[in-house]
Amino acid sequence: MARTAKTLLNVPKIKKDFPILERRVRDKPIVYLDSAATSQKPRQVIDATSDYYARYNANVHRAIYELGEESTRAFEGAREKVAAFIGAKSSSEIVFTKSTTESLNLVAYGWGLKGKLREGDEIVGSVMEHHSNHVPWHFVKDHRGVVLKYVDVDDDGRLRLEQYDELITRRTKVVTVAHASNVLGTINPVREIAERAHEVGAVCVVDAAQSVPHMPVDVQSLGADFLAFSGHKMLGPTGIGVLYGTSEALEATEPLLGGGEMIREVHLGGASWNEVPYKFEGGTPNIAGAIGLGAAVDYLEGLGMDAVRAHEMDVTRAALDRLLALEGVRILGPREVRDRGGVVAFTMDRAHPHDIASILDVDGVCIRSGHHCAQPLMERFQVPATARASFYVYNDEADVERLVAALRKVQEVFA
Amino acid sequence: MAASYEIYQEKILDHYKRPRNKGVLEAASHQAKDSNPLCGDEVTLYLRVDGADRIADVRFSGQGCAISQASASMLTEHLKGIGIEEAKGLGREEVLRRLGIPLSAVRTKCALLSLHVLRRALGIPTKEP
Repeated sequence: MARTAKTLLNVPKIKKDFPILERRVRDKPIVYLDSAATSQKPRQVIDATSDYYARYNANVHRAIYELGEESTRAFEGAREKVAAFIGAKSSSEIVFTKSTTESLNLVAYGWGLKGKLREGDEIVGSVMEHHSNHVPWHFVKDHRGVVLKYVDVDDDGRLRLEQYDELITRRTKVVTVAHASNVLGTINPVREIAERAHEVGAVCVVDAAQSVPHMPVDVQSLGADFLAFSGHKMLGPTGIGVLYGTSEALEATEPLLGGGEMIREVHLGGASWNEVPYKFEGGTPNIAGAIGLGAAVDYLEGLGMDAVRAHEMDVTRAALDRLLALEGVRILGPREVRDRGGVVAFTMDRAHPHDIASILDVDGVCIRSGHHCAQPLMERFQVPATARASFYVYNDEADVERLVAALRKVQEVFA
Repeated sequence: MAASYEIYQEKILDHYKRPRNKGVLEAASHQAKDSNPLCGDEVTLYLRVDGADRIADVRFSGQGCAISQASASMLTEHLKGIGIEEAKGLGREEVLRRLGIPLSAVRTKCALLSLHVLRRALGIPTKEP
């Protein structure tokens, strides 16, 4: 990856784009290190959203008048931006949902339960998945009698890829995996996994909630059939998510929400569906959210995703070095930054993650503590919970220093 | 909201680092266990109630944050020797008052886990902490 001076981010300038970072909590400037949960929003995104409401609010796709033309153009323009951002062949491969969770549920129900899966079919997941990529498949199992199998991780938090040789069989219909773990940070070799899935005719479903915001993602080179991510983790608004699917995969998927927009014809005895992607978007969509997401894509492309990734590698490397130098700190996940995203989960001797987060909060340092919606992974590593710092474009090494200074206070309290 | 640093007062840290009545009570007449699904805090409470309906002995085991474990430790101190009816009447305000620290909504759940477990042990209907 190119790491020339030109490609690195100007963080002080970026910080100025985020109004919330001007806030002080308890008279201290905030250090926001919880972007893996949700990112902050630049003024450009906030403005794009309020501009829609203030200037051209109208429902999309049906209004004949000028406002409706403008809102439809902006909404569909956002779809095109998202498609280009991840290398989709067409904007019709982009379905707007409310979240990664909804996207994954749409695949599990619409492609799986209502569509392709039969009793005895097998689904291969992994122990590092977020709950939102576990529970929908549990539902499918309960309703359809499919078999769920899971790839384990090694002690460094890397998938034990050799296990796919045994787990993937002729009965496998779905192989699903996180592109990047929200706890370990591990970046998984999706392309290799997708190839193995395709060898047996299975589809590959990718949870990209932690990758699309942070690194260049090209769905063509990944070979994913479905790929899900959220707007709010990539500088966009909450309540807008994306399901990418190849046109073949989306054609084979049944809609979940019956209603307006998603139909071609409705009669009292039945209905036929609109074309992809509209058949999945029943009801008035989150128009402002989609437009805001489009603005977030513009913002990230302005920075350059190669630069975003390179910057996060630098900050993550600094965080790993500084945290590991603290006595009693253990880090989950790979040590090599090229194998991981900017998510650093850790534990400290004597201090519970909740206590760590409480003490850091006093200094304005915002981190997450808990199981991070990944209880199977917590069980795998036999920890009840961890603390987690996660980084984004508005963080720099000064933020890492504030984190480390606050962690020293934790050590003092629990000495 | 008060600065969270205040919640780590000497008394809390003392109970966390040197918990009272920690362990398993083999001859327990009442026991219950629960966890806080949000953070994985876990408390098991063991009571031995004597013929006079008094809590003759009490222990707790568990793991979790300083607030949940200190609160459990302080609760066992209070419970030892009191009548079972008095224990049944113990309310959240009383437990929080004994802790004596300002708590956010999330951390209040940590503080009340042991009371929740006590109510379960005594067979009192109880909601999540």
